[in-house]
Amino acid sequence: MLHIKCPHCGMRSQNEFSYGGDASVKRPELGKETSDEEWNNFVYNRKSLRGKHWELWQHLSGCRQWIKVERDTATHEIFNTLKANEEIS
Amino acid sequence: MSQNFRLENIGLINRNKKLSFKFNGKDYFGYEGDTLASALIANGVHLVGRSFKYHRPRGFFGAGVDEPYAIVQLYRNGETEPNIKATEQELFEGLEAKSVNCWPSVNFDVGAINNFLKIFLPAGFYYKTFMWPKSFWYKIYEPFIRKAAGLGVASIEHDKERYEHKYEYCDLLIAGSGPSGLASAYAAAKNGARVILAEDKSRFGGTLLTSEVNIGNKSGKEWAEGIISELKEMPNVTVKNRSQVFGYYDHNMLVMSERISDHLPETKKFHPKQRLWYIRAKEVLISSGSIERPIVFGNNDTPGVILSSAAKEYLKVYGVLVGKNPLIFTNNDSGYETAIEFKKNGVETIILDTRKNPQSEIIDEAKNLGINIKFSYVVVAAQGYKKVRSADIAKISDNKEELGVIENIKCDCICVSGYWTPTIHLASQSGNKTKFNEDIDAFVPGISKQNEKTLGAANGIYTLNETLKSSFETGHELAKKITNNDNKISFPNVVEKKSTVHDKFWCVPLPKGKNYKRFLDFQNDVAVSDIEIALKEGYRSIEHVKRYTTLGMATDQGKTSNLNGLQLVSKIENKVVPNVGHTTFRPPYTPVSIGAIVGREIGKHSKPTRKSPMHSWHEKNNAVFVDAGVWLRPRYYKQGDENLFEASKREAKNVRANVGVCDVTTLGKIDIKGPDAAELLNRVYTNAWLKLPIGKARYGVMLREDGIVMDDGTTTRISENHYHMTTTTAQAANVLSHLEYYLQLVWPELNVNVVSTTEQWAGAAIAGPKSRDLLQKLFPNSDVSKEGLPFMGYMEADLFGVKARIFRISFSGELAYEVNVESDNGNFMWEKIIEAGQEFEIQPYGTEALSTLRIEMGHVAGSELDGRTIPYDNSLEGLLSKKKDFIGKRSLIREAFTAEDRQKVVGVVPLDKKTSIPEGSHLVKDSNAPLPNPKLGYISASCWSVEHNNPFSLAILKDGKNMIGEKLFVMSPLKNKIIPVEIVSSHYVDPKGERVRS
Repeated sequence: MLHIKCPHCGMRSQNEFSYGGDASVKRPELGKETSDEEWNNFVYNRKSLRGKHWELWQHLSGCRQWIKVERDTATHEIFNTLKANEEIS
Repeated sequence: MSQNFRLENIGLINRNKKLSFKFNGKDYFGYEGDTLASALIANGVHLVGRSFKYHRPRGFFGAGVDEPYAIVQLYRNGETEPNIKATEQELFEGLEAKSVNCWPSVNFDVGAINNFLKIFLPAGFYYKTFMWPKSFWYKIYEPFIRKAAGLGVASIEHDKERYEHKYEYCDLLIAGSGPSGLASAYAAAKNGARVILAEDKSRFGGTLLTSEVNIGNKSGKEWAEGIISELKEMPNVTVKNRSQVFGYYDHNMLVMSERISDHLPETKKFHPKQRLWYIRAKEVLISSGSIERPIVFGNNDTPGVILSSAAKEYLKVYGVLVGKNPLIFTNNDSGYETAIEFKKNGVETIILDTRKNPQSEIIDEAKNLGINIKFSYVVVAAQGYKKVRSADIAKISDNKEELGVIENIKCDCICVSGYWTPTIHLASQSGNKTKFNEDIDAFVPGISKQNEKTLGAANGIYTLNETLKSSFETGHELAKKITNNDNKISFPNVVEKKSTVHDKFWCVPLPKGKNYKRFLDFQNDVAVSDIEIALKEGYRSIEHVKRYTTLGMATDQGKTSNLNGLQLVSKIENKVVPNVGHTTFRPPYTPVSIGAIVGREIGKHSKPTRKSPMHSWHEKNNAVFVDAGVWLRPRYYKQGDENLFEASKREAKNVRANVGVCDVTTLGKIDIKGPDAAELLNRVYTNAWLKLPIGKARYGVMLREDGIVMDDGTTTRISENHYHMTTTTAQAANVLSHLEYYLQLVWPELNVNVVSTTEQWAGAAIAGPKSRDLLQKLFPNSDVSKEGLPFMGYMEADLFGVKARIFRISFSGELAYEVNVESDNGNFMWEKIIEAGQEFEIQPYGTEALSTLRIEMGHVAGSELDGRTIPYDNSLEGLLSKKKDFIGKRSLIREAFTAEDRQKVVGVVPLDKKTSIPEGSHLVKDSNAPLPNPKLGYISASCWSVEHNNPFSLAILKDGKNMIGEKLFVMSPLKNKIIPVEIVSSHYVDPKGERVRS
């Protein structure tokens, strides 16, 4: 079970969180014309990376904040966690 | 029964407490402190089972966790458990155990014929035999294999025992209480670290209990006892025996199973049988020691062939002789220690040492004691069937390939020592890159991935002095890092006998003309010849060889067999062992009972149960409950002998004729506040929300980004910037997360707060033509007239002194209202409604009537909004705004979603107006068409229409728009039903929706 540092609450066990997928995906702006490809990339297409990956988690059974977590998908090492409003550098 | 193999003056057992037990129906006795294995050996029982594949006789091979043979079916306090190691099971009064893998008895086992048919059971036999003729599989092969295989019988009774889970944090978790575990725990504890020390066995001390060493001025055993009693007194230390750390998971999370009651005749009141500990440790010290490995020779699985360290443990801990005429077969000094212990207790032995002329203090001692030692000698084969009777021995050439003349000598057991294998399982599970240590012919931990260190024998360090020194230092260092304390512990003087190098010899060649089985894996019956076949057949990767031959795949996970298997593969393949590599170690290190894994989460505790504030009223009024997600909801209220069908029909009819009341507390409720609340709703819902007036409710549908309907419900504008959203019971949690996602990550500029208020409000739906009259009576001071509270209107009102919210919304299709009060007043509200409703013939109705009412009205719900349908499918396309964008809108123009013959919800009525239609059935054009019969749609929900008094269903049907009036067939192969039906509008009652607006 992973040990994730919630930027709001501190170190917590994985069972307090739920996974939310790739954190780099940006929703196309509302009302903006999008091509099929652009839209499909937003809704469906994800890279299945091996290695460092920024992903979203929600601290569901804690502060309910969505957070960004930089995790190695192969080793589960967690390098960094950010609040929802902090930009991935 | 006399204890012929028990000695008088040695051992740690309590001779003052006799315990009687039964094995295979016969009565025996042992002492407190015995294991089942030691008690059986003391009684001269050496045959305890049959092997897995060939049903060869099985005795004892080890004295602990590594035991591959002595697996029994245990009976305790009216329950039974399979796969129990006799070497680990502590004896208790009244214990009963039976052999497994034998029929009709362990002494006469029909399955032993496999032993003579072994030519038909080579490596991979499951894969290549029994394949033909095909028809033989179910009738002959499969039942035969099923009967032959297995390690006991799982109980089919409900387990009455209680199992617990515990979560714990510590600075240092130390797995194993041998010398390295004790020393590191002591040094760390003295520096203030929070320490958990876990020991698998009942006694602490590990090898210190059996080895002849001195630490300080005490014997090893006394030193261990001193350290343990000191540790037990320290508040920062938790010391646990009978506790196996069996799994090392991510981020230094380890799992340990504590056997609290397994050693007792029955579990004490309020005690669990076992407890599973989830431990998050800052640092982990692995002090799991090492396991002696066997030397491979002919018939090396005969009962009486035993590890030399186990023989020593039986002697020193339990005062039990594994034989009275032992032969010691060793390639290192450890065998000598066992021989010396035998000698000290008056038992003569012969040592066969594969080495030519080794010199060490231990060997000198054996010589001085006059023990008969034969150098450059090996055991070629054990002789005897159910017990070793003699051994064929021979001199072996210096290159270890040629055997001399074979001699036969009498013996009743063969104690084998092929040197030591570090127990690296936990380190390997943690992701440690293990490396091969040439000096000890075994893998040891290498580069750590997590915060773990391995100490002592588990790290390939086999001298006590070095082990203690490095363990004290490591414990001190790690504690200092965490606590900043720096208390030096003075290092005690260690006295131990020096040993010399071992011989890298592991397998005795076959003598000419003999074809003895030489076993590598004793639990799965994998012999040298099986590995040879696998390699001949082209298997190369050790992972493949393992799976093909099942080497190391038994419940002992190859603790005694893995390395010899690797040696063999490396020899045949002409590779060095590190290039062959070892197979992956996976948790659990030892079998863990399913009960411990499940813990308390069984039966109704497997998920939380939520109850509405009116629950006790429902109970008192004969409600029959149903699980709705985690909620318990009344399904119907039983009157007299009514069944579900009759009761739900009565309740639904009463709603249509008079008035009914339904507990709708379970609906998800989300409070939405902020200046941008309307804008959020406008983006989340498919219809327009910016112009909803204060005091009005609106029905809305929300989509996922892929265009699929996520949920529906009404949202009411309470005041300028305050909205009250309702969701379906099932989707409440998901919808809140969904809103939080968009507010926190996608549109953080929106100034809105959302919070769940599901538990804060109790809800009652009042539905039926008389509901307005009832409402008027409940709220005499409020104007609930048609004009005062129109359809989709909202008001706040006073319910006999209690603040209430009234929403004029309807799920039943009747004139209806929902009244909410704060949860604490829920029962008060409910009782007032029932009381005031008497004159209007009110009846409570459950979820079954609720479903009937919504189905015949054609209101879609969870069975249609099932995560696979879009708004059009549910005839909700009228709610899609063309003027604004919303979540999921872009997906709706995809080709499949706009197809001419896209599926749509329709009504289904059986032509005979009698036959009820099973939910989940398929709709087809021609019931006689050849299979696979093209499916046009499926029945999503069925009811008995109380309005029309005949069955009615909703279905999602291909080209549903153009199918009204068509005649189709409903097919349910499960229920063996073919029903001719007519397709009608999904709005079977009041299609114009006049009643809700009345």
